[in-house]
Amino acid sequence: MAQSRNLKPFYIGLALIAIGGLAAIWMARSSNAARTAAREVDPVPVSAAGFEGWVIGSDSAPVEIVEYADFECGACAHFSVLTGPDIKSRLVASGRVRWRFRDFPLPGHANSPLAHHAAACAGEQGKFWDMMDRIFYNQSRWVRDRRPDRRIKEYAEAVGLDMGQYGDCMDEQRYVGQIEASRQEGIAVGIGSTPSFVIGGLLVVGSLPYDSVVSLVERAERAAEQ
Amino acid sequence: MVIAVLALIGLLLALYLWLWKIGVLGALACFDEGCETVQLSEHAQFLGIPVAFLGVLAYLALLALSLVGIQPRWVDRWEPSAGLAAVSAVGVAYSAYLTYLEAEVIHAWCQWCVVSAVLITLIFAVALGGLVSLRRAQRP
Repeated sequence: MAQSRNLKPFYIGLALIAIGGLAAIWMARSSNAARTAAREVDPVPVSAAGFEGWVIGSDSAPVEIVEYADFECGACAHFSVLTGPDIKSRLVASGRVRWRFRDFPLPGHANSPLAHHAAACAGEQGKFWDMMDRIFYNQSRWVRDRRPDRRIKEYAEAVGLDMGQYGDCMDEQRYVGQIEASRQEGIAVGIGSTPSFVIGGLLVVGSLPYDSVVSLVERAERAAEQ
Repeated sequence: MVIAVLALIGLLLALYLWLWKIGVLGALACFDEGCETVQLSEHAQFLGIPVAFLGVLAYLALLALSLVGIQPRWVDRWEPSAGLAAVSAVGVAYSAYLTYLEAEVIHAWCQWCVVSAVLITLIFAVALGGLVSLRRAQRP
């Protein structure tokens, strides 16, 4: 027969572990919020003569989200996969927001220039955003691939590019200068890590959940109305 | 009791990964980008369900079973221990598969996934040990 044990101290200990764990998760959330704290920046210098980035959304949209991202950065893929679809379907499609993507390949990422250039070559054929989605969704595959160029070429085919034109574009390295110019513009704005966003004059760093993006957009809308 | 503590830690870990997966947390605390690479890979889903969420369910089941197993009316019965061993065996097998994927397919390591693999293996070992000692004790 089992001896009756006083389990109360054990339950208290278990509850303390649970409370401690939940507090740690909450603190992780808070520290992310601190990391994504916004600061005012000068308007993004979009030169009429230079490259203006890749844009979706109406020219008349009152708010612009400028994203600086690196295709090899995990947090950028996280944002693109989790938050990107909601921004497109709920903010861009409704005309509230225009989304501008700016290349910001980070120096330590060996395959990033290739991915950015492939996306630019897709953009030449009007397929930048489709290609961007493919590249981010499949990041874990091509980043570690021995032949990332082959993988990325598969994505180019999958989005329906004219492969002859794509091949010429890649061979000629047609957009290397444009990508570097975009990166330099990012540095001038004060971008130090990716993903970074400028929304209504505020620079925000980190992979933002959709709710945070909406808050920033609403703030920018209020500022635009004043 | 040991299993309850391990299962609770595993539950918190799986909850953390799942909350990140559904976008509640902005960035994963990780030594490098390996965690995000693994969590964003196609292998982080099973039949369309995030593996982290399956982890939450599995650890919840283990926690519930372990709490049942320490109640006076169940403490001498083999069913809770058998249930713990069965659930954790599935967990060990799946964790081994995921660890293989990290090493050979994804080529990135998610430290939290490794910790979870260690936890589930410990739970399995303790559950198996409990089952064996219970059967020995019940032999005439």
